[in-house]
Amino acid sequence: MKKKNPLKSNGVQTLLASLMCVLLGLLLGYIVLLFINPAGAGQAIVAVVKNFLNYSKSSMQLKYLGNTLVKTAPLLMCSLSILFAYKVGLFNIGVAGQYCAGIGVGLYAALAWNMPWWVCMLLAMVAGALLGAISGLLKSYCNVNEVISGIMLNWITLYLVNMLLTQVKEETSPYTYLLASKNPGALLPSLGLGKLFNNNQYVGLAIPLSIVCAILVWVVLEKTRFGYELKATGNNKNAAKYCGMAEKRNIILTLAIGGALAGMGAAMLYLTGYEQWQCSTSSVPAMGFNGIAAAFLGGLHPVGAILSSFFIQHITVGGAYVDKTMYCSQISDLISSMIIYLCGFVLFMKHAINVGIAKREEKAALKAAQQPTQADASEEKGGDQ
Amino acid sequence: MILLLQYTLTFASVLILVALGGCFAEHSGVINLGLEGIMIMGALGGALTMRYVPTGSPAIVMILAVLVVSALVGVIYSMLLAVACINFKADQTIVGTALNMLGVAAATVIVKAINTAANPDDVSSVIQYAGPKQAFLVNIGGFEFNWFMVVTLIALIFAYVTLYKTRFGLRMMACGEHPQAADSVGINVYKMRWAGVMISGALGGLGGIVFITAGVSEWRFEYGVAGFGFLSLAVMIFGQWKPIRIALAALLFGLFRALSNVYMGIDFMASLNIPSQVYNMMPYIISLIVLAFTSKKSRAPKAEGIPYDKGQR
Amino acid sequence: METQYAIEMLNITKKFPGIIANDNITLQLRKGEIHALLGENGAGKSTLMSVLFGLYQPEEGIIKKDGQVVSIKDPNDANALGIGMVHQHFKLVECFTVLDNIIMGVEPTKCGFLQKKVAREKVMALSEKYGLRIDPDALIEDITVGMQQRTEILKMLYRDNEILIFDEPTAVLTPQEIDELMVIMKNLAAEGKSILFISHKLAEIMAVADRCTVLRKGKYIGTVETANTTMEELSAMMVGRNVNFHVEKKPCEPGEVVLDVQHMTVPSKTHNNNAVKDVSLQVRRGEIVCLAGIDGNGQTEFVYGLTGLEHISGGKITLCGEDITKASIRHRNLKGMSHIPEDRHKHGLVLDYSLEDNLVLQRYFEPEFTDKLGFLRRDNIRKYAQKLIDQYDVRSGQGPITTARSMSGGNQQKAIVAREIDKEPELLVAVQPTRGLDVGAIEYIHKQLVAQRDAGKAVLLVSLELDEVMDVPDRILVMYEGEIVGELDPKTTTQEELGLYMAGAKRDEVKA
Repeated sequence: MKKKNPLKSNGVQTLLASLMCVLLGLLLGYIVLLFINPAGAGQAIVAVVKNFLNYSKSSMQLKYLGNTLVKTAPLLMCSLSILFAYKVGLFNIGVAGQYCAGIGVGLYAALAWNMPWWVCMLLAMVAGALLGAISGLLKSYCNVNEVISGIMLNWITLYLVNMLLTQVKEETSPYTYLLASKNPGALLPSLGLGKLFNNNQYVGLAIPLSIVCAILVWVVLEKTRFGYELKATGNNKNAAKYCGMAEKRNIILTLAIGGALAGMGAAMLYLTGYEQWQCSTSSVPAMGFNGIAAAFLGGLHPVGAILSSFFIQHITVGGAYVDKTMYCSQISDLISSMIIYLCGFVLFMKHAINVGIAKREEKAALKAAQQPTQADASEEKGGDQ
Repeated sequence: MILLLQYTLTFASVLILVALGGCFAEHSGVINLGLEGIMIMGALGGALTMRYVPTGSPAIVMILAVLVVSALVGVIYSMLLAVACINFKADQTIVGTALNMLGVAAATVIVKAINTAANPDDVSSVIQYAGPKQAFLVNIGGFEFNWFMVVTLIALIFAYVTLYKTRFGLRMMACGEHPQAADSVGINVYKMRWAGVMISGALGGLGGIVFITAGVSEWRFEYGVAGFGFLSLAVMIFGQWKPIRIALAALLFGLFRALSNVYMGIDFMASLNIPSQVYNMMPYIISLIVLAFTSKKSRAPKAEGIPYDKGQR
Repeated sequence: METQYAIEMLNITKKFPGIIANDNITLQLRKGEIHALLGENGAGKSTLMSVLFGLYQPEEGIIKKDGQVVSIKDPNDANALGIGMVHQHFKLVECFTVLDNIIMGVEPTKCGFLQKKVAREKVMALSEKYGLRIDPDALIEDITVGMQQRTEILKMLYRDNEILIFDEPTAVLTPQEIDELMVIMKNLAAEGKSILFISHKLAEIMAVADRCTVLRKGKYIGTVETANTTMEELSAMMVGRNVNFHVEKKPCEPGEVVLDVQHMTVPSKTHNNNAVKDVSLQVRRGEIVCLAGIDGNGQTEFVYGLTGLEHISGGKITLCGEDITKASIRHRNLKGMSHIPEDRHKHGLVLDYSLEDNLVLQRYFEPEFTDKLGFLRRDNIRKYAQKLIDQYDVRSGQGPITTARSMSGGNQQKAIVAREIDKEPELLVAVQPTRGLDVGAIEYIHKQLVAQRDAGKAVLLVSLELDEVMDVPDRILVMYEGEIVGELDPKTTTQEELGLYMAGAKRDEVKA
């Protein structure tokens, strides 16, 4: 092997493909804006991409960067949940419901039982894990497609959470009690991080914790026996069964861990007091679905997920800065969903890159020498169908 | 009780239409998880048609226009799935999910843009169609008969005949069962799968407009279609990919969905004092239970979900 | 001028990156003859047929039909020229009826609606004319392999194909069904059809073919009249040297019982009957027992039940004195069961894993490879993998870090054999361990099996290849329709007798 073509590296290819998805997604978003109203389209797409940079004062920029980060943490957790399950070949679309369950149980523990934050967070994780485990049980013992069961559980959970949190809501509004006034002990510690972001009270433990989780997920997948088993199951579940890996246990465990990650993500947002739950909510929180976008955009790699989660959250928040007299903030949802759609083509893009490389190399090889190697490979061609 | 029957039939219509859509896609070999998105787009097309067909047009014009536009929008939207999954061999789950999210986002953006253009203060994602909707209704002694029910019946017969009595159906099912075999006798697998997905788009689009007009006279597009696309897939699995069984399964599911709309009007149910949220959950819970018991033995088309690659034989 | 050839493939060359699959090959099929195409796995037969069907475009060479040069871009062109093929793996839709499968693609219709009555009349007429017994309304999944094959033949006849290609048609048939097929093929030729018969079974070629073209390693070796040649000559042409088919081994000295299966019953996945019915057998130390039979007679399910891949519905399995009937797969493996699976891509390997990760697939959890905290010990894995690679001569592009997917079939199989044997099992279950391999690899694997036997292990070999069944084992158990119908001694039995058992024509009451 002489000099290695950097394009051949899987990581580089993934990065290229993801960047391509982002650019195409933004381009398509821009085109949609042009259709709605050509006058402000350029400005609007810039506003989406700038997000907190729309503020001119650096103190405000910091504060709103803080807000974006506050919401990035749960998004990262959701995308970790997705990618973790995806390594085992499972599509954990139930992440939205697991996240929702985390909100419900976490907030209820904080507001009804006055628990400290760490208990609330643990309970939220348990709730998410439980929900994930149900999907896992249905998948491994009843052969129910985890996508369909996940969606059903999402809706069931949404209504259950609405019912549960109605007991801790304000008399006059559909919102749950303010955490800061009802039980300040349930607020996540700030660790002094808030100060860095112009005294943003919501910034705190959640952000470093989510990054630690990402690294942990990476370590588990790449360095441990458990990760070895999970990836073997995801790549070839028959082989995993053949060599005695407990496939059913692994499916359930994976979805439960995925659920716990999502539930933890919910606690990371709602225990900052940044948001209250609206007890008449009639659709499943979008956080889970955005997690899908972040997971795939990040090339299904935990570190990639950190970057992509920030990006997705960045443009989602950025959507709020478009000129409301012409456009609506959902334009960023549109862009992120288009990015997921485009992520479906990543395999094809990589394939195209590889074919390109192979063609060039073949030409080079033909020039260099014509000598049939790999006689064994020819045997294979005819033998196996 | 009449109300219950009416709602049951209406929701069953939605489920039948969309489940048949899923059924066509899967028989051709593509798992269409983007039915939610297709429904919402079809619904958008239909709702906008209701809004823009001049009031006072004859009912038949209104009906046909709405049906055609809904189906057409569904077909066009489903092409996004077809091109990705059939030609580019993309992961059908990712693409389907993306289409669901894209459907809601796109519909919201479009409706808001239209609303805001008409009235700068209106930033809602609501379309109202109380008036035009009347064209679809015929009141028969307290029972609000809906032309959509006829459409559903036609779709059901169409599906049965197409799948089991025509050359097209035979070839399409072959593509979902054993695409290599189909290819070896000169059937164009890609073409048949495109056809399957496009039919599912048409039926999904129709299902969408039926869904948003069921019982209400306006729709907030941010809400999407509340998992009905997936409920339909559950119906399809319960119906074992067979049109008649799908229809029966849909009636059962429709009944449970209808209960949440009308339970207040049924004395003994109202007296139980169960929160409405519980009724809302019912269809989803039932479908989970049903799936748990039927999925193990399900006879899905063998090649569904596996992209067909001409090179691999 | 009228040509005597129905189809001619002249000087065909087809290259793939790194190899020449077909190197200047010429094949001329006379009208009304049965022409055999002989060659080992990997000789280039499949590639040549793919060229004929337009799946590959050759770099050089032309194809002529009735003396006219034709261009075949895809299978439809081939069909239009009247070329039909019975594939080795049938291309039938399992949940369709026989009739639907025959007419698929050329259905008679009226306004798009199927005219099954018209179709049925034509099919039944053909069926009678050529003696191809079928039940038009049966589902493919319910009928025998033989009837499935007749369905495939009718598919070609229904399309009025003149050139019929049979790709390894006898691999899945019983000897009696093979005889029937031979008669059918002769009938077809007598009716003026031209037949190309792809095979590597010399006896069949001698019995039915008029001429035979031989390929070896992508090259054209020659075409001979079968009347003027011998099996030995054909064999030499095929392999290029006189192969010693016989496996050298010492006499068998069986020791104590390692595996004891009593009354095992396994339900079938495809039909309502049991796939394995009340099977009992024993394997002792130092012997190779072969489970022989035609494909699909329950051997696969028996192995699944034995190794724990599937639940058994009745019976008892004892391994080294321990009841493992309900034990997990991992437990069975730890108790000394090794399993070379039938399908190396489905079960044997994680294709996207590196070679080293595949080599520890059965041992990754041992303290040598995983520390107390659950972290993998990569250094040890690398060392161990390197040791196996050297010891078993597993060749790959980049050594331990090669992706299994990029390795050749022979080396993939060697890796599996290395992994399973190095575990030092008490019982080695080897299912079709030589499937799809070339002669060298087959010899190697047979030697390894015998070596295991000589080392005092118990070996259970499951095989479909008659040569392998006759040569390798010390004892043969024949399975037919889920039951063991006979126990034979390979030293005293003949292939004919074996065939009768495999076909269910003969059976003994066998005790384990």
